[in-house]
Amino acid sequence: MIPAIMDEAWRILTFQAGFNSAVVVAGTAALGLAGGTVGTFLLLRRRALVSDALSHATLPGIAIAFLIGAALGLPGRSLPLLLAGAVASGVLGLLTIQALVRHTRLTEDAAIGAVLSVFFGLGIVLLSLIQNLELGGQAGLKTFILGQTAAMAQGEAVGIGLLAAAAAAAVALLFKELRVLAFDPGFAAVQGWPVARLDLLLMGLAALVTVIGLQTVGLILVVALLIVPPAAARFWTDRLSTLTVVAALIGALSGWLGATLSALLPKLPAGAVIVLVAGAIFLVSFLFAPARGLVAVALRQARLRLDFAERRALSVLLGGGSVKGMLGAWLGLRGFVRTGTLTERGREAARAAERNRRLWDRFLTDYPTLIPAHVNWGVDPIDDVLPVDMVRMLEERGAS
Amino acid sequence: MTLTVQEFLQIDVPALLAAVLVCAACALVGNFLVLRRQGLMGDAVSHAVLPGIVAGFLVAGTRETLPMMLGALAAAALAGVLIEAIRRLGRLESGAAMGVVFTVMFAAGVVMIERAAASGVDLDADCVLYGQLETILWLAPTGWASLLDPAAWAAMPREVVTLGAVFALCLALVVLFYKELKITTFDPALASTLGIPAGLFHYGVVLLVATTAIAAFEAVGSILVIAMLIAPPASARLLTDRMAVQLVLSVALGVLAAVVGYGAAAFGPLWLGAEHSLNAAGMIAVAAGLILALAVLFGPTHGILGKRRAVGRLRTLVTTDAVAADGRRP
Repeated sequence: MIPAIMDEAWRILTFQAGFNSAVVVAGTAALGLAGGTVGTFLLLRRRALVSDALSHATLPGIAIAFLIGAALGLPGRSLPLLLAGAVASGVLGLLTIQALVRHTRLTEDAAIGAVLSVFFGLGIVLLSLIQNLELGGQAGLKTFILGQTAAMAQGEAVGIGLLAAAAAAAVALLFKELRVLAFDPGFAAVQGWPVARLDLLLMGLAALVTVIGLQTVGLILVVALLIVPPAAARFWTDRLSTLTVVAALIGALSGWLGATLSALLPKLPAGAVIVLVAGAIFLVSFLFAPARGLVAVALRQARLRLDFAERRALSVLLGGGSVKGMLGAWLGLRGFVRTGTLTERGREAARAAERNRRLWDRFLTDYPTLIPAHVNWGVDPIDDVLPVDMVRMLEERGAS
Repeated sequence: MTLTVQEFLQIDVPALLAAVLVCAACALVGNFLVLRRQGLMGDAVSHAVLPGIVAGFLVAGTRETLPMMLGALAAAALAGVLIEAIRRLGRLESGAAMGVVFTVMFAAGVVMIERAAASGVDLDADCVLYGQLETILWLAPTGWASLLDPAAWAAMPREVVTLGAVFALCLALVVLFYKELKITTFDPALASTLGIPAGLFHYGVVLLVATTAIAAFEAVGSILVIAMLIAPPASARLLTDRMAVQLVLSVALGVLAAVVGYGAAAFGPLWLGAEHSLNAAGMIAVAAGLILALAVLFGPTHGILGKRRAVGRLRTLVTTDAVAADGRRP
């Protein structure tokens, strides 16, 4: 039983479980990739939750498009029409938020909450109306809310893949523009960048990802594809280009694993499974990522604290004092101290630490404007941080 | 299809009563979310409690309110702790931290529901989203006379009783701590210097919102909870500058939305000749949205038209002054 499932999982993961499932898995991975890429800039622009309102606001559009399709006598569920409706009402929701924030005293959070819930409420009313009218093909509408990969036909999966690739490509092309928008919109505006239009473009890309994700992930959870991968990627790096790539990879991985899992467990809604996979990746990143993960940061802090304590102890010993307890034992372990006095090696380390501290002190008082960022002042070896001639100058100034 | 008095009393009165109580309670506590710029907290809480509700249901094995409520409260507290941990320790902005936590918890809840549904448990994702206002029945009354009968009132469905208790709790707390709530909302720093624990009130407000949302959840679904927490207080905010007036006004607007929305959903289609009613929770949210739209457009001082008129009046004043000054010039 278990080996059979493992075998099946392996075949889906490696795209060998039939063309249809391969296409669905690849399409979902592409969706995750696009979500991670676009989401990176939403996160930095602090717009993560605006896209939540956007995705909830698509529901009335879908329902109205369905009603229009039924009135025109189109076959029950014409996907392009439904998605066009979704885009239209999603964008209307966005514009409503913008108008509320600009023209009234309401703050953005209130505008988001109001638009999200009222649009979704309207959607639910329309869905109940469609149910009452007993039109054909309405069964598919509910899958838009919680998502279903099984609902994805081959052609649709290819379309999703292509659109997702287009969204990722647009971000790659506009990388420079989006970067300045994300970090300093005021500067961008002063430099003559069309900030308002770039913002609109970013939200347009978010709308694109939302709409192509509706069927697979569902409109309640599609926002997770835009938020969770970039948030997880944030723990791995401080560089924007790396951040974008890592977010895209995490998104793609979530889509790929999530689609595989939900193919194995067809009873579970695909969207929830994909989001849980993304959540697991987030948790691992939050705890163990080497750059900003919880464990790495704690280790670095402990290391710094120990370094500091060690130096102070050495300077006390150099001045003729004594160090006892854990710290004394630690210095013995390092070979700096034997029977309460400094060894030759300890004396050398103590002198080096003393020199380092003295030079740092002088540098910090004489050149406060030149202090570099991301450096532990007074602890990091000054020769590694500052240029050679600067260190020499500091030494000469000390000697005179 | 005509409506009998008995049907009205048995089906519509309890549902309407539940809707009114939910809207009043949510609108009342929602004021503090709107004023503290924490509107999204309602969004986050109402999504994040889902796994707690399902867990409470699965552990107790019944649809009793208490275990579900305890589970939901635990989930809400967990969500709060996680959001704060990610924000502080992970140094992510609060919107992203909320987004991560509530989507993942909601996804976990959905998976738990589907697992439970697979094993034949009566719980589905729909009722969590849309609520079950229509299924609240009050079987006791037989006619108008029953309204005077205490025994009939005693048989009120437990959802309505719970909601009534929650509304009473909210009202009591807001009245009791009105001064403290006001000062911690508008100037937490001043509150701290006066010895009022602003942090405690911050968490108190969040906890009260969570309690209200959870109680309202079962009856009306998560979406209406968000609508009711935000839309009536936001409307009231556009109509007045005084906090006491805003509180009263928001509750009144919430009740209005409940009555209008429920009426439109339950009786509108019948009047138009249709067979079935529409989703009441959704319609109440729409009614609240319409009220907000009216406030945005026609609010006397803060509405868009009102502001435009004030600007126009100022312009006339300035021009006439200028003309008058011109006339005086030699």
